[in-house]
Amino acid sequence: MGDRAKLRLARRVSKSTADPGPRTTHPRPAEDLPEFDRTIHERIRLGIISALAINESLSFNDLRRLLKTTDGNLSVHARKLEDAHYVTCSKFFEGRIPRSEYRLTPAGKRALEKYIEQMEDLIRRTRKN
Amino acid sequence: MLWMLEGHSHRVRRPHSRFRPAPQRALEDLRYIRDTMERSSTFTATSGWGQVLMGLTAIAAALAARPQSARGWLSVWLVEALLAVVIAVTAMQAKARRSGLPLTSGPGRKFALGFLPCVVVAIVFTIALARLGLTRLLPGVWLLLYGAGVITGGAFSIPLLPAMGFCFAAVGTLALFLPAWGNALMAAGFGGLHIVFGVWIASQHGG
Repeated sequence: MGDRAKLRLARRVSKSTADPGPRTTHPRPAEDLPEFDRTIHERIRLGIISALAINESLSFNDLRRLLKTTDGNLSVHARKLEDAHYVTCSKFFEGRIPRSEYRLTPAGKRALEKYIEQMEDLIRRTRKN
Repeated sequence: MLWMLEGHSHRVRRPHSRFRPAPQRALEDLRYIRDTMERSSTFTATSGWGQVLMGLTAIAAALAARPQSARGWLSVWLVEALLAVVIAVTAMQAKARRSGLPLTSGPGRKFALGFLPCVVVAIVFTIALARLGLTRLLPGVWLLLYGAGVITGGAFSIPLLPAMGFCFAAVGTLALFLPAWGNALMAAGFGGLHIVFGVWIASQHGG
């Protein structure tokens, strides 16, 4: 993802959690709400996707430190994201130490953007009500 | 029990089988996404170009302060310090705005919390040493405290910042033991190091 795209995404999330200001949109009724993506709704998976959205790549250790989770937990969730083709993992050796490096795929980026849109929509609806 | 006799399968139907989180969870999720982005970001609130400008003004100040008396020397560098603060804050605000993150967001706040105690100590030392007429020790004290502030403030930021802090501390140590070279080492530190690391930060970390 290019720097501009990363900045747009960060700016957008920043705006969504800020003071709502005057309401100008007319949210849709509850029945119209689309189904949410369960793959990234889980906290650790959402954290992995969010971190990778503004970093070109992150190592397994970076993600573990950032998300304050265990090796096993992170490994399971990262695998689920890989299975959904939201992230890719490349494994290589640095000297004799094995390393895993994760990157966000275009599908993962789209999934995060869609998820943020849906969350914003839900919040708008609630504020309206 | 009649359902047991019927031939077709029976599944419990939930009124809302589609998955929808609560609005509160939606807000928490968005906050979580923002926090994770901030924590994982290599964004540094420090502006590289701002540092370059600070470096240039520091070199000008060193040239202007060289022929002055102790009092004049101190006045020139205090004006330069105020100017540097204005440049740094303006440049950081501009960079934070461009990046879509508020200046008081994670990286900016962490830097300020680590950096400000050293600034306060530097102010106290400046007043105390100036009153005792020991202005020749000020270059070493300023450079060392600035270095310490950048090391602690930059601990949670990009690795370049602590590296710059260590360089300032090294120049400050020299200045403390070679007070006659104080003004030149101020130019090397606040001028040279700011320019070198400023260009580096600007090229690697978005301005």
